[in-house]
Amino acid sequence: MSTTRKVFRYQTRNVVRSRALIGYALFFLATTLGLVRLGGGVERVLPSLANVVLLAVPLVSLLVATIFLYDGRPFTELLLSQPVGRRSLFAGLYLGLTLPLIGAFLLGVGLPLASSGATQEVPGQAVLLLLSGTLLTAVFTAIGFVVAFTLGDAARGLGAALLLWLVLTVVYDGVVLIASHAFAAYPLERPMLVAMVLNPVDLARVLILIAVDASALLGYTGAVFQDFFGKGWGLVGAAVSLTAWIALPYAWALRRFTRMDF
Amino acid sequence: MRRALLAVAAVVAAAVARPGVAAAQRPDVLRVGAAGPYTNVTAAVAAAHPHDTVVVEPGVYREETVVIDRPLTLLGREGAVLDGEGRRGLVVVAADSVSVLGLTLRDTGITFVDDRAALRVERVRFCHIEGNRIENAFFGIYLANAGDCVVRNNVLIAHGDRESRAGNGIHLWYSARVTIEDNRVEGHRDGIYFEFVEDSRVRGNRSQDNLRYGLHFMFSDGCSYLRNSFRRNGAGVAVMYTRGVVMEGNDFDDNRGGAAFGLLLKEITDSRIAGNRFHRNSVGIHAEGANRLEVVENDFVANGWAVQVLANSEESSFRRNNFVGNSFDVSTNSRRTYSTFEDNYWDRYRGYDRDRDGTGDVPFRPVRLFSLVVEQNEPALVLQRSFLVTLLDLAESVLPMLTPDNLVDARPALNPIATPWRPS
Repeated sequence: MSTTRKVFRYQTRNVVRSRALIGYALFFLATTLGLVRLGGGVERVLPSLANVVLLAVPLVSLLVATIFLYDGRPFTELLLSQPVGRRSLFAGLYLGLTLPLIGAFLLGVGLPLASSGATQEVPGQAVLLLLSGTLLTAVFTAIGFVVAFTLGDAARGLGAALLLWLVLTVVYDGVVLIASHAFAAYPLERPMLVAMVLNPVDLARVLILIAVDASALLGYTGAVFQDFFGKGWGLVGAAVSLTAWIALPYAWALRRFTRMDF
Repeated sequence: MRRALLAVAAVVAAAVARPGVAAAQRPDVLRVGAAGPYTNVTAAVAAAHPHDTVVVEPGVYREETVVIDRPLTLLGREGAVLDGEGRRGLVVVAADSVSVLGLTLRDTGITFVDDRAALRVERVRFCHIEGNRIENAFFGIYLANAGDCVVRNNVLIAHGDRESRAGNGIHLWYSARVTIEDNRVEGHRDGIYFEFVEDSRVRGNRSQDNLRYGLHFMFSDGCSYLRNSFRRNGAGVAVMYTRGVVMEGNDFDDNRGGAAFGLLLKEITDSRIAGNRFHRNSVGIHAEGANRLEVVENDFVANGWAVQVLANSEESSFRRNNFVGNSFDVSTNSRRTYSTFEDNYWDRYRGYDRDRDGTGDVPFRPVRLFSLVVEQNEPALVLQRSFLVTLLDLAESVLPMLTPDNLVDARPALNPIATPWRPS
């Protein structure tokens, strides 16, 4: 465990000092402040912010994770030449990357929101936004680990990361939309919800939808949606699935890492 | 001579002060209570002369339905309760100029044979119903063929579980010139129900948590609804087949569900909807066959759909409203629209104002492409706020192909409009 802590401490220091992380925090700080100042009421700010979070958090988490792993590859190899358990080394690397990113996100979005009074006016919505951003960060750094430990070449790794981001944020929804049109004659509520669960970006979006668009979602006449969005288990289900989404790529990347021949 | 004059004066004075004559002229007060003189309300009413007052002292009274067949005031002291024991209605007003004040009426029970009401007013005028508390009634206050009545400051609380097993709170049928003011209605089927009512005012009432509609009226021309609050009702507010409706300063809040509407307008003509707030409803206003409406200076905030106007609505105008934080601002079922949108504030508007006159130079199209998608394929709703959907909407707004061509706000306001709605 102490290995984890040491690696974590080193990695955190390394990440926090990087310009990328500071830029990331400043980006959210500027965006949120700008929206709060110019965007009008709380009803307006949170949805706009949600759009930004859903785009930027996966992209940045994915890229930062892969870049740092490729950059730190020699150091990782050096550590591995020491009597160090791979699992604890992996955990240290992961936490050292993820926690600073989460910190930057919470700082950049949370501070201006709290100062604008949004956290008091619509605490539920603000908390859900912060929660979904936090979970998304953890999911996408884990996915970054999968990419970095699967593809040896940094250029190919980064390309794959970008492609993955594009697929999960845009292409996937397009496919779902087209599919839902093609099968419009069938009861689609359950398949649609399953499709949302299979994509972490959509899951995070559903969390935000529950907070922001509940009125519209409850206006839909289907019983499955009524239950899902009306009775609270949609919220719990989405949050739990999104947490499970952290474990899946983490386990995969860990498996690669422990069996990898450096 | 002087003595004679004095004697005459004495006789006159005695005649004026004769007790029998005085009692007949002055309205009397009859007390009902455990201590007497009357132990039940029916006996006191039977003994009362016109325009007497029957005062009901605190206590629980279990007696047959009280029928008030002469003009009088029935005044309950705090804690005076008429209990129907789940078997009967409690008071029937069957004479003009009756006041029923300060009573608690409870437990009428449910019946499927007649519209049993805690307080029924039938075929009379000038009734005054104020400050009563009605608990667990099937129908609460029921006016049929009544005129010139006032229903004020009553609290009606029921705990209906199913629409079919609940009655309406304040129910008016074939009545005219009635004022319904500052009442609170909860847990009934419809909070306030009007059918064939004319020239009446509904003001300052709170109707919430009712099973079906907070307010429901049909065929009720020339009525006005001012500063009421309709909240968390099963299906919101529905108004139909009426002309000359005025709705101002009301709050339609939190009416959510598959068939819930802040305000459902069906076949409403020549009416004015101004200065209201629509907040967190599944649908703010749903207009079907609604013609020549004036929808002015309302706030539409955080609704699923702020306004749904179907193509069979003509010549309605939506002016100077605020649309903020709605999932969808406007939707319709046709490529043409016969209503106009002008001078509204839309928080989605991204245009500019080069001449700085406060209105955008580029028209705003409030119907999103995605709302058409959802119209045809409802489950797609879960893709709301996805980046893809934002891109689709953007593409459509740059080059409109599918959204209604003439549903355009040509003069969108750049800043929120100061609307008159204030929380009451």
